[in-house]
Amino acid sequence: MILAWMIAIPTAGGLLAWLLGRRQAGWPRWVALATLAVDLIPLLILVNRSLAGGVAASGGPWLASFDLPWIPALGIRFFLAADGLSLIMVLMTVFLGIMAVASGWTEIQDRTGFFYFNLLWVLAGISGVFLALDLFLFYFFWEMMLVPMYFIIIIWGHERRVYAAIKFFLFTQISGLLMFVAILGLYFVHGRATGQYTFDYLQLLDTSLSPAAARWLMLGFLAAFAVKLPVVPLHTWLPDAHTEAPTPGSVILAGLLLKTGAYGLLRFVVPLFPTAALDFVAPTAMGLAVVSILYGALLAFAQTDLKRLVAYTSVSHMGFVLLGVFAWNRLALQGVVMQIVCHAVSTGALFMLVGSLQERLHTRDLNRMGGLWSAVPRMSAVTMVFALASLGLPGLGNFIGEFLVLCGTYHTNVTATVLAAVGLVGASVYALWIMQRAFHGPNRLGLKPADLDGRETVAMTAMIIVIVWLGLYPQPVLDTARLPLQHLQQVTTQAPLSTPATATRPASTRGSFLVTSVVQERGRP
Amino acid sequence: MKFADLIPILPMIIVGVSAVGVMLQAALHRSHKTAVILSVAGLVLAVATLPAVSQNAPLRFTSLLLIDRFAILYSGLLFVASVAAVLLSYGYLQQFDGNREEYYILLLLAAAGATVLAGSDHFAAFFLGLEILSVSLYALVAYPHLTEGHIEAGVKYIILAAVSSAFVLFGMALIYATSGTMTFDQFGALLHRLRPEEVNMVMLTGAGLLVVGIGFKLAIVPFHLWTPDVYQGAPAPVTGFIATVSKGAVLALLIRIFPPGAMHAGGGPLYTAIASIAVASMIAGNLLALLQNNVKRILAYSSIAHLGYILTAYLAGGPAAVTAVTFYLIAYFVTTLGAFGVVTVLSGPQQETDNLDDYRGLFRRRPWLAGTFTAMLLSLAGIPLTVGFMGKFYLVLAAVGSALWTLVIILVVTSTIGLYYYLRIIVAMFVRQPNTKDTGPPAPLSLTGTLTLAALTVLLLWLGVVPAPVVNLIQSMIG
Repeated sequence: MILAWMIAIPTAGGLLAWLLGRRQAGWPRWVALATLAVDLIPLLILVNRSLAGGVAASGGPWLASFDLPWIPALGIRFFLAADGLSLIMVLMTVFLGIMAVASGWTEIQDRTGFFYFNLLWVLAGISGVFLALDLFLFYFFWEMMLVPMYFIIIIWGHERRVYAAIKFFLFTQISGLLMFVAILGLYFVHGRATGQYTFDYLQLLDTSLSPAAARWLMLGFLAAFAVKLPVVPLHTWLPDAHTEAPTPGSVILAGLLLKTGAYGLLRFVVPLFPTAALDFVAPTAMGLAVVSILYGALLAFAQTDLKRLVAYTSVSHMGFVLLGVFAWNRLALQGVVMQIVCHAVSTGALFMLVGSLQERLHTRDLNRMGGLWSAVPRMSAVTMVFALASLGLPGLGNFIGEFLVLCGTYHTNVTATVLAAVGLVGASVYALWIMQRAFHGPNRLGLKPADLDGRETVAMTAMIIVIVWLGLYPQPVLDTARLPLQHLQQVTTQAPLSTPATATRPASTRGSFLVTSVVQERGRP
Repeated sequence: MKFADLIPILPMIIVGVSAVGVMLQAALHRSHKTAVILSVAGLVLAVATLPAVSQNAPLRFTSLLLIDRFAILYSGLLFVASVAAVLLSYGYLQQFDGNREEYYILLLLAAAGATVLAGSDHFAAFFLGLEILSVSLYALVAYPHLTEGHIEAGVKYIILAAVSSAFVLFGMALIYATSGTMTFDQFGALLHRLRPEEVNMVMLTGAGLLVVGIGFKLAIVPFHLWTPDVYQGAPAPVTGFIATVSKGAVLALLIRIFPPGAMHAGGGPLYTAIASIAVASMIAGNLLALLQNNVKRILAYSSIAHLGYILTAYLAGGPAAVTAVTFYLIAYFVTTLGAFGVVTVLSGPQQETDNLDDYRGLFRRRPWLAGTFTAMLLSLAGIPLTVGFMGKFYLVLAAVGSALWTLVIILVVTSTIGLYYYLRIIVAMFVRQPNTKDTGPPAPLSLTGTLTLAALTVLLLWLGVVPAPVVNLIQSMIG
């Protein structure tokens, strides 16, 4: 039931914001903030359960689940479940949601009701993606988060918003439909083999697939997640969408939407098709990951539009996620989770800072900035922190993520590791480049913008605390993610080709089968 | 003939009687409102008798009609869609200076003809139903006869529809010449028995000509050339009626003559033909819609593409295909009526509000209407929470279940292309308009039209979230 609340609260809050926005333009902000604050309550219950070792007590990897029949004739259920991985993701969603509301506080003046409706519905869709364990429901949420995001870009975006929004929508839509076809393919393969037609992720994990079928179906899933992540040849929607979106939209795009792709790779692509993913596609994927890291860094360095620069750094950072996922061992996976969370915080913060700058200077052009440090010391210092986080300075969260990914990848692919490490140099270049161009040097244009105000300072302080905490003491995140990651790895090592599908398992044991087998570390060599 | 023999066709009789009622009323005392009330009452009463009729189904009325549960389901669908069309027409015709009542006579007759098509079991009934429907539609398209565009569209439609009727007749003659039967079940049995090497050119030509006639009514490529012009030229509520009721009835007929799956047996060439038509419709419909700047033309091309999607599931064969096709048809009815309904409430016989520019900034002027239109367009695009998504889900499910991978991939790719022009309309509604002069609050919209749109929107969301009851109903009716 807790999990259903996490979808229902933002959905209802969105409707309320819309209704109240018709009376008084200022109210929707407060409604959105209150909604997200209320949304934290069920989350904190789960966090508490997780800290109290609820995982072991409930007899499964799942901290909570929620299961209702939806379209029984086709075996579709409204099935949500949260393990530690989902919990981290949803926690990140709500936190960044609050930050997004804060970042748009003064920027969004037009049709506030509809804006916060869209914002909260995107968050509901994203939470749903992180929680759904029925593949149909997963796809439902996957699509549901698109439309509000599209509206956010197209109504409140910057100059080239129409182009950017349509490009974003078309890219994600076609890749999503390919995944949908793959989901249906998996559904029929499983149904024909076992006589039980279901979209239940836990049962579909047992599907025995011929190598060719596994490859094709996996490519369908991979298409959706690779576009979302994004992986280099498919990344072209990202700089446009991130740049043209309003600040809260950029925060959500970079902080959360990209992470749904990463989550999808972790939760679905490799566990459902372990052989196809790890033997067939892994070398290519790791190659593309390296290309993404280097090419993203290179392009970031070439930008003069500050927001576009930050957008390209996402391409580079997400390359590490892809690299880690396909290395698929304990260290790399922990690194992936850390990288997801830390990138969400650091890039979200950078987008907020760029937004603040744009609100003050009415430009994003680095050529029209310079020497701002003396005018806005607080903002400059905060930007410094997140620029350093972005380049992977030890002591800040991103370092942990990238370091663990590189350590993990070293076991499987030395060349890729070495090349990816070169990307870190690139990161230093572009991160320092931001500082250099915008905040140092002479203030040629005589800019005198106002420094961060109270609201922005509070938001930034929260972000800094999180990123420093993640950098100095990442253990809670790693602990929470440990068991779910172990289970995911375990699923892939029990090659489903050899085990006959066991569909006769009674529904009551749903979710617990993963732990019934002995929990042991079996990382791939 | 006893009275009980008439029970199977009771709904058609009721609709026919209410058409006569409107005619008498127009002769004695003209009143637009009474005509609408009579029409709606007739259609609702006809729907109300359907459960009673279905208790004894399947019933045969002479050798012409077979009223089974499938026909009853489709009749219900066609009647309800006609009710929506009547209600949407009311506000539109209020702005018409000429006589309004006869419009409803034509509409009721068209609805009756459509149900005859859905219930026909004999080539003669097929032709009768087709002509009752078509002749009423000719007049409906050109109904506001004082405006040039409508007349032009009416003439186009009459010429092309007459040619297609000729094709159908010739096809029937050829089939009768080779098979010696005019009833569908004997023809179907013959098709089933036929081995590929026995397929005879004359019969194949006959079946091909039938497909041409049906294809014309369904507006599928390459028989679609009339569609954009007639859709654009016809009054908006009539366009909605043509796009839904006329197509739905012919689709029901297609399923009856060639049940899904019968295509494979002995009729291999037919299967190939329909598959090519489906592919061509999906590709051409979606690509050509990209080039349009007129909302009605965009919707015309989009409906071509949607019929291509439906044929994809139809080719899958089996009961799953009929369920998918029927559910998609319901989704398509709700959405298309809603989309043309929005155009209708904004238009009048003098001025069709159908240029894309007319919709610029609509969200500012009429937020609710723009929201409704957005929901309809998103449903056409197949976005979750709308019935269009569920419809597409069932289609793809049926097609993937029969491993029609090529068709599915084409469906996926073309429907993404299709998304672009739906988004174009949505974008137009949401963009800020810097240069609009503030003309004060817009004129109020017709009440019946708004209520119909509200009902359609609720249906769109409801079926988009809980499709199971309707799917169960479909399965119980066709099973």
